[in-house]
Amino acid sequence: MAYVRKVWAIVVKDVAAELRTREMTSAMLVFSVLAMLIFSFALNLRGAVAQVAAPGVLWVTVVFAGTLGLNRSFTREQVTGGFDGLLLAPVDRSAIFFGKALGNLAFMGIVEIVLLPLCSVLFDVPLLRPGVLLVMVLGTVGYAAVGTLLAAIAVNTRAREVMLPVLLLPLAVPALIAAVQATSGLVAGATLSDVRPLLRLLIVYDLLIVAVSMLTFGYLVEE
Amino acid sequence: MIQVRGLNKSFGPHTALAGVDLAIDPGEFVALMGPNGAGKTTLLRILATIARPTSGSVRIAGLEPAKRGEDVRRLIGFLSHKTLLYEDLTAEQNLRFYAKMYDIADGPTRTSHLLERVGLSSRRGDLVGTFSRGMQQRLSLARALIHRPQLLLMDEPYTGLDPNATQFLTDLLADLAGDGCTVLLTTHDLERGLASGQRVVILVRGRIVHDVQRGEVDHAAFPDLYRTLAS
Repeated sequence: MAYVRKVWAIVVKDVAAELRTREMTSAMLVFSVLAMLIFSFALNLRGAVAQVAAPGVLWVTVVFAGTLGLNRSFTREQVTGGFDGLLLAPVDRSAIFFGKALGNLAFMGIVEIVLLPLCSVLFDVPLLRPGVLLVMVLGTVGYAAVGTLLAAIAVNTRAREVMLPVLLLPLAVPALIAAVQATSGLVAGATLSDVRPLLRLLIVYDLLIVAVSMLTFGYLVEE
Repeated sequence: MIQVRGLNKSFGPHTALAGVDLAIDPGEFVALMGPNGAGKTTLLRILATIARPTSGSVRIAGLEPAKRGEDVRRLIGFLSHKTLLYEDLTAEQNLRFYAKMYDIADGPTRTSHLLERVGLSSRRGDLVGTFSRGMQQRLSLARALIHRPQLLLMDEPYTGLDPNATQFLTDLLADLAGDGCTVLLTTHDLERGLASGQRVVILVRGRIVHDVQRGEVDHAAFPDLYRTLAS
């Protein structure tokens, strides 16, 4: 229980700090809305072509907005040494990973709540479906987990803003491809059974990333 | 309280610590001095379990940090020139957060007591980002003491403090030493190191080159000795 309490304390701390400044969520939201509008006007798609393109546009926007948030999440810890404060706490360091990852997941979730209806309207595709929401959750969990792990590494490098996407995007490709294909299928009318292999891939990816992060986070964040 | 033997730490080709041996008894107040880049901060970060040694052994209260990290961290309070506080949270929110991280049962009471002790109870609801450097350092001290540590590691705690804040920290450290807390403090300031530590250790280029009880120090000759050792 103490472990869960500490994970929750980190989540609450991150949310409280974000509610105060809204630096991370406002940057993510503004970027993602602008990106979605630019994609919509630049591609100017309707009908079947829009159905094919919209899931890709949605996920690319989520991924880039997520990268912005992940960078900020650890930069905030680094400014006054707060991350050292977390490392000094008497808790297994995997709890720090889970706390930070859950916070990042929540912030990405807020962005998706805005993006899904916006993308639906702009591309005229039915994204607000339970199946699509499930894919969004599975894809975002994996991305937030691997992003949290890599952001913790990148924050100690000189070119952290560049380093994170360089490290993160190649590792996120399997989840991204599966999420885009599953979303495309569901938008085109497929059932959850039809996209089950892709959902399985996302679940396996999530479990693998979370397990690897749990095992390696403590080692990676110590000097 | 601290036993360090043959401690080495390298960052790539750079050697920060080269075979450090150090033993500190419970209740001792040790001033660790040395020029910039001597390895003082690295040594403290290894003792605080934030950094891993390249080789050598460390024991805190008989426990190996590599195997019993959580138990070791429970014993340690760490104060550095960085505050380890969150500027977007209030003073009270910061302390309550750390109280939760240290499993403090009476977190709100302990938080109020410490805010009172460091003279910040009237600013408890203010954002840490609005505090002066001295106020932030006082709050940081409260953070380091939230779990009643047996060992206090302090890395240049006087950096950037005005005379009032300096005096406050000196008085509080004297109280802690009187209560039996073991203190290891790094400083560049020779006078302050000699005044505060019962024992003075000088670290140069990752090696301990001088280790003496304060009573054995010739205060007049010490600055020249220090310059010679550090050069």
